[in-house]
Amino acid sequence: MCIECGCGIDPGHSHPHDHEGHKHDEQSSRTISLGEDLLAKNNRLAANNRTRFVADQLLVLNLVSSPGSGKTSILERTLTDLKDQISFAVLEGDQQTTNDADRIAATGVAVKQINTGAGCHLDAHMIGHGVEGFDLAVTDILMIENVGNLVCPASFDLGEDHKVVVLSVTEGEDKPLKYPHMFQAADLMLINKIDLRPYLRFDLERCKAYARQVNPKIEIIELSCHSGEGMPQWYDWLTAGVSSKQRDEGRGTRNAESK
Amino acid sequence: MHELGLTQSIVELAVEHAKRENAVAIRSITVEIGALSGVLADAMEFAFDVCSKGTLAEDARFEIRHIPGRGRCMECREESELETLTHICPLCGSLALETIQGQEMKFTEMEVD
Repeated sequence: MCIECGCGIDPGHSHPHDHEGHKHDEQSSRTISLGEDLLAKNNRLAANNRTRFVADQLLVLNLVSSPGSGKTSILERTLTDLKDQISFAVLEGDQQTTNDADRIAATGVAVKQINTGAGCHLDAHMIGHGVEGFDLAVTDILMIENVGNLVCPASFDLGEDHKVVVLSVTEGEDKPLKYPHMFQAADLMLINKIDLRPYLRFDLERCKAYARQVNPKIEIIELSCHSGEGMPQWYDWLTAGVSSKQRDEGRGTRNAESK
Repeated sequence: MHELGLTQSIVELAVEHAKRENAVAIRSITVEIGALSGVLADAMEFAFDVCSKGTLAEDARFEIRHIPGRGRCMECREESELETLTHICPLCGSLALETIQGQEMKFTEMEVD
């Protein structure tokens, strides 16, 4: 019987194979049609996460990049600057250590570290359990900092609203061409460490053109979480995202409301 | 990089379905992998040998069907073959191509005894 739709499949169809070494009834071999997406399980769990996040009117961002692009530093500065206006929760993904979670905890924002061990990406199952300790009903933005890796996290939906890819100017402008899946999956690209440009041969315009070549719709913000340049644009983007999530309720952010 | 995890889930899924069917062995497993899916077929074949060990799928033939990539130009609507995610429309030269085929990662069918 076909598992997908329950229909009967002719059990008597023939196919050439060697019976040596095993015995079975002549008509016992059968084909099972599946048509199942290999990411089906992850996608189901991601859909569950998304349903829950929508109910809580939560803006969920999945921060992705290569290691060392400055994801954690951007978060630290963002949380410090905005935590009085916007209520955040943070999930930190790394193979090992709680270093990043410790840095986030120092800002006073709720954080949980997820260690993937040998894993190269976060998946929807980890996120579903990761948020268990957070009070999402009073949270405006859930930031998920993925494992530093420009390859695998592109394939795994976590239930987020947007993937935000961070590329720092020390990495070279051709990263969007080298790792197109990630730049195609992202809605926003943050070009970080822009204050270092005078010391580097980084072609900013070419970098943006490459990103648009793989993703014509990608939004781009240039910033430095060190000098603060460009951060207001990023904050405007976040604030607009929160407003559009909560517009239906006709109210401001929850933190502001509770004050 | 995540081929190992994906292949692990293929084997788990196959064994689960085989048990439901009261099968004694899995003869073959067929998957479809798109050229633009980000999955490396070679790595998946290698991982299959490792993941299937000691399971009903141990002696199964692992068949990977390759699905070529196709894109449609968002400017002129021309469809063309897409080998990578970065591509120039052969008709109008635009870079705005949307992917319409090639991102598949599917477990299509299996044969059991």
